[in-house]
Formats: sequence, structure tokens, C-alpha cells
Amino acid sequence: MTSLRTETVAVRRETRPAAPRNRARRWTAVAFLAPLIVYLLVFYAYPLYRNIELSVHDYTPRAFVQGDPEFTGLENYRDILADGTFLRALRSTAVFTLASIAAQYAIGLALAVFFHRHFRLAATLRAMFLVPWLLPLIVSASTWSWMLNSENGIVNAALQAFGIGQINWLTSPDTSLLAVTIANVWLGVPFNLVILYAGLQNIPAELYEAAGLDGAGAWQRFRRITLPLLRPVSLITLLLGLIYTLKVVDIIWIMTRGGPADASTTLAIWSYREAFGTGQPDFSPAAAVGNLLILIAFVAGLAHVRLQRREEAG
Amino acid sequence: MNRPSVFTRAAVFGTAVLALSALTACASAPQGTSGAGTASAGGAYTWWDPYPQHDASSAWAKRVDSCGRQAGVTIERTAYDTTALTNQALLAGQEGNAPDVILLDNPAVSTLADAGMLAPMADFGLDTSRFDKNLIAAGELDGKTYGIPIGANTLALYYNKKILDEAGVDPASIKDWASLGAALEKVKAAGAKPITFAAIGTEEGSFQFLPWFWGAGAQLTQLDSPQAVEALTLWTEWVKSGIAPNSVISNSQNTTWEEFLTGEFAFAENGTWQINSAAQADFPTGVVQIPGKDGGAAATPTGGEFITVPVQQDTARYAATKKILECMTTPEGLVETGTTFAYYIPSTAEGQEQILAKEPSLQPWVDAVRSAKGRTSDNLGTDYPPISEALWTAVQKALSGAASPADALKQAQAQAKQATGD
Repeated sequence: MTSLRTETVAVRRETRPAAPRNRARRWTAVAFLAPLIVYLLVFYAYPLYRNIELSVHDYTPRAFVQGDPEFTGLENYRDILADGTFLRALRSTAVFTLASIAAQYAIGLALAVFFHRHFRLAATLRAMFLVPWLLPLIVSASTWSWMLNSENGIVNAALQAFGIGQINWLTSPDTSLLAVTIANVWLGVPFNLVILYAGLQNIPAELYEAAGLDGAGAWQRFRRITLPLLRPVSLITLLLGLIYTLKVVDIIWIMTRGGPADASTTLAIWSYREAFGTGQPDFSPAAAVGNLLILIAFVAGLAHVRLQRREEAG
Repeated sequence: MNRPSVFTRAAVFGTAVLALSALTACASAPQGTSGAGTASAGGAYTWWDPYPQHDASSAWAKRVDSCGRQAGVTIERTAYDTTALTNQALLAGQEGNAPDVILLDNPAVSTLADAGMLAPMADFGLDTSRFDKNLIAAGELDGKTYGIPIGANTLALYYNKKILDEAGVDPASIKDWASLGAALEKVKAAGAKPITFAAIGTEEGSFQFLPWFWGAGAQLTQLDSPQAVEALTLWTEWVKSGIAPNSVISNSQNTTWEEFLTGEFAFAENGTWQINSAAQADFPTGVVQIPGKDGGAAATPTGGEFITVPVQQDTARYAATKKILECMTTPEGLVETGTTFAYYIPSTAEGQEQILAKEPSLQPWVDAVRSAKGRTSDNLGTDYPPISEALWTAVQKALSGAASPADALKQAQAQAKQATGD
């Protein structure tokens, strides 16, 4: 920021004859910016525009090919909001997202604190916790659905050993959302672990020493030092977690296809199903649901910026 | 110590640059050739099909090549998986660069035909009368035929002969739902698992449910008829009483088949495409047709691909296309396709006779294909996909206990009605 400002001041101070050079310099600046701007336009602005355009037209497969969709304004949005699936999907999205990020954060933080104590094999064990991150999603999701299989799954076999009867994890409307949430938590822990662990390393060790001299116990040190100093890192972890989780499609789709009876249908799954999950693509309502998701993520982002600003001011 | 490292670096850098330029060269090459292909009608013909499992060296790819050669053109074949193919086709249609030939899964034919993307067969004077009426129906929309079935597959009940023998069940005794139910109870009493099928929440779920739905006398235009409720009650009771495993709710047809291959199940509902796999199973297997409620074989849905021709701006290309289509659909051609895939029943009477002469064991499958019914027929056309979605949702609801069969189907009928706009 500062260097930029001095430069403009310097430019202004130059006398008239230097104006052409000034202009040339501006063109150079534009030329340097151009690749970025083109990139942003092609890969961000256009898809966003196209998504909005899809959602305010009635794109049947026929209209899609012929290029003559009927303009319907907000009708797709009205249909979606009136659809019985909407409230269910919204509720499932909220439960899935909030439960996922809360559990991911709690487990990730616990593990980060645990590994922060540097014992032997800590590095190896920490690396092993990253495995969920490295596995292709199709592999982990399929493995989870085998493990949770009603008849032959290892989870039910283990539960039966303790005398608990068969639980239809993926095929009962009461448990399918829970089942996909568990799988998603497992997937998200490594991300939380890595970021929070990095955050922990930025906390000066002297603080803990000083607190220890003052007689603070382990719990107090965690509550009075770790948590407050980790706040900025925690905030960004939770925000990223929220945005990632809102748009999760693959793991739910592979495990339950949003079923049975829409029990694990989140907004993202609903959108995907409308567009690609049936024999007849319905791009317009799918785009409308997608836009609602973008809106939710955007609001969360704004809330984050606001919180951060207050923190910096205070 | 320093020198070699500089050299290595230079070498690495050089290789990287070379590799990059080679990559760009590769990437731009196909564009060049396809551009040339569209310019001259005699050049490369583009062909899409949903068989990525058959690579360039497979018997299928060679067959496509030879049909192209006979028509005097070179065919460039690209394989997508089934759902991706429909989406790719729609995109290509929008951009006006559709391939010359697409092999489409049959329910997709009416969707693309309705989009105005496909040329009717009559336009190049192709005779469609020799194809079985029930099979070609899926390619018809408003009195025009937009595709030819290159073969057909359908569903039947595979059985594990070892389990049936131990339980004292004679497969020939299965004539209707009552006798099937008795057989399943006997198997259960003997301690084996009676039956498995796929009730997954996708098109496969509807595909597997339709023989029972039609077998009860229900129609796709009325999802909540008493007959439809009977069919769904049959499945629901099977799951509730443990005759079918609970996992059928999330089973795809492949998963079902894997369950059957474990040798634990007496029956599995599956398709023509498993004939080879069944022959290689660790136990003797057999096939019976799916019974209708009151006897006789239930109508089963036809599966299989249609050969379709997207509309081209350069109509001169149709001449070669017609030759390719004829090559693929002569009786000999159909038999060859059938044996290449090991699961296709030819779509003409003549072709069926020829394949039976070669492999008499296919008789139950030929019978099943003859009594089969297209999912989009009865002029349902583009109304079929939303109806099917409503149907598989109802099946999922009933089997998982979220709603009773009657309520689930009532909701499905309302959903289908709203989606099809009648």
C-alpha cells in the first residue's frame, strides 16, 4: 500500500513533458493486469453470469439445443421455494453443515493440541491422519458405504458383537443423514488439523511458560491462551469449512444419492440431481438452487469479514 | 560439484520445454484433423458410444472400423459413459458440432429427438419395418422413427441351482407371484437368502421395478393405481420380512449381481449382460422369466442402445452414414454385435433366429426380449424421465418405511403430474 502511494505522489510531481511517459506507464500496468483480468472474467465472471442466466430462463433440453429458452424471470426461484423438497433440503443442509464443521473443528483442535506436545512418532502419526485428504473421494466414499452396509458392513458386525441390532445406516430415512455426516467429518478432520496445528505453532512458548509459573493448569492454559490466540485461525478454518461443506455433493451422492426418500438430500445434492441425476436434465431449477447456495456462502463470507474487522478494530 | 548441477538444471529445463511443446503439439493436433474432416465430406466420421470399457483394440472398435471402411470413410470413435454421453450430446447440439453417429441409451432417444437434434430415419430412406415393434418403439416420437436398436437386453430372474435343489424348489414351478412367493418361503425356511434386486434411487431402480409394476397390470400414466400399489407392496413386504435384504434400497444392479455371485442368494433380478458372468459363477445357475401377478411372463423393460444420427448441416454426409447404419444392422451384423458384447439380443426376427442357431441356450432371453416393452413407448417419450424419477422415489420411500406403498405412490403420481404438466 505505502509503496503504491509514494509512487502516485512521485508521478504527480512530474512536470507536463513527462505526460506521455506517464501514459505509457499506465498502459504497461494494464498490460500486466490483463492476464489476471481475462482469467477472472473467463473463469469467474462468465460462469457466474451463465448460472444466473440459466436460472431466469426455462431451459428444457430442447431450448438448450435450440438456444431459444423462454425468459421466466424469478419463476424458477418461486417454484423452488414452494417445492416441498426445499425446506427439507434446507434443514438437511443446515444439520449436515453445522454438525460437520463443529465436529471437524473439535476433533481437529483436539488432535492439533495433542500433536503439539512433540512426542516420539508424532510426525508419523500426524502424517497418517492426513490419509483421508489424500485418498480419492470415490475410494473413501465407496469404502464408507461398504462399511455401513446394512447386512455385510463391518460397522454393524462390530455393533452386533456388543448386542446392538442391525442399523440400516444408509437405507433408513432416520440415519442416512447421520451416516453421510460421519463420513464427511472423517474427511474434514485433516484439513482442520493442519491449519490449527500451524496456528498453534505461532503461539509463543513463553506465554505458556509464564502462565505455568503463575500456576495455571493445563485446562486454564488451553482456555486462556490457546483458544483466544487461535481465534483468527479458528475463524478462517470454520469459514472455509462452512463453504466446503455447503457444496459437498460427491460423498453424499456416492453413498446414498440423497436418499432414501430425500432423507439426505442437501441443497447441493438437489441441484446436482436436477441437472445430472435423472434422464432429463433440468438445468434451470438446478442453477437456481446453485445460486441460492452461492448466496448463503456469500452471506457467511460477509459475516466473517465483519467479525474480523471488529477484531482488528478492538 | 557445482558444475554438474548447473548442467542438470539446464537439462531438466530443456526437457521440460520440449515436453511442453510436445504437449501443445498433441493438444492442437486433433483439432486440426477434425477441422479437415468437416471440410471434406469423405474424411473422418465421428462416432460416439457409451462403451468406454471397449478400447481401441477391442473387437467392438474393430467392428466399428470395418463398417466405416465398407462405407468408404474412416470412423473416429469416442466413448463416454452413459449419463455423460447424453450431456455431451446436448452440448454438442447446442454448439452445432454434433457427431455423425451417436449410440444412445434408449430412454434418451426421445429427449434428443424432441430437442430437434436427431434426423428421422425416413430422411435417408432407411427401412425400419424389419425391427421388432416392441423394441423400436422407444425410438419413435410423434409417428417418426429417430433411431434403430442395435440390439436389446432386458431383465429376468437368475437362480442359484444349488440353493434351489437343497430347498427342494423346482424353478419350472414359478408361474405367477403366488408360486414365486412359495418358492422364496421355501428357500428362507432352508436357511438361505431368497432374493436380491436393485431399488437404488436412480433410473436403475425404476428399470428393476417395472417388470413387477407392469406384471401387476399397472400403467406408467397412473402411478397410484391399485395394481401399482400391489406391486410396490410385494417388494415392501419382501424387505420387511427379510426375504430381500435391506441393502436393496441402495443397491445398484452391479452390487446386486456381486451379492448373487457370493452364492448366498437363491434369486437375483438382473439382465442379459450378466450371461457370461453367470456361466463363470462358482455354482450352477439358470434363468426364469419374471412372472406376472396372475401368471404368464411379465413385460420387462427393454434396455440397450439405439443408433441415432444427429442432424448435420452438410447433408452429403448422410450417404455414408446410411451405409454405416445398414452395415451395423444386417442380420449378420446384429448377430456379430450380439456376440461381441456377449449380451445383446438382435432386434430383428431374422437376427434372433440366427443367434439362436448359434447359441440355443439364449432361448429364455430371446423370449424375454420378445415380450419386453420400451420404457418411453406408449408415446410417453419425454414424459418418461420425470415419471420414472417419481416412481423410483416412491419405491425408495416405501422400502425404507418413510411412507406406505399407497401413500408413496399417491405422492409420486402428484409429482409426475406436476412435472409433465398434464
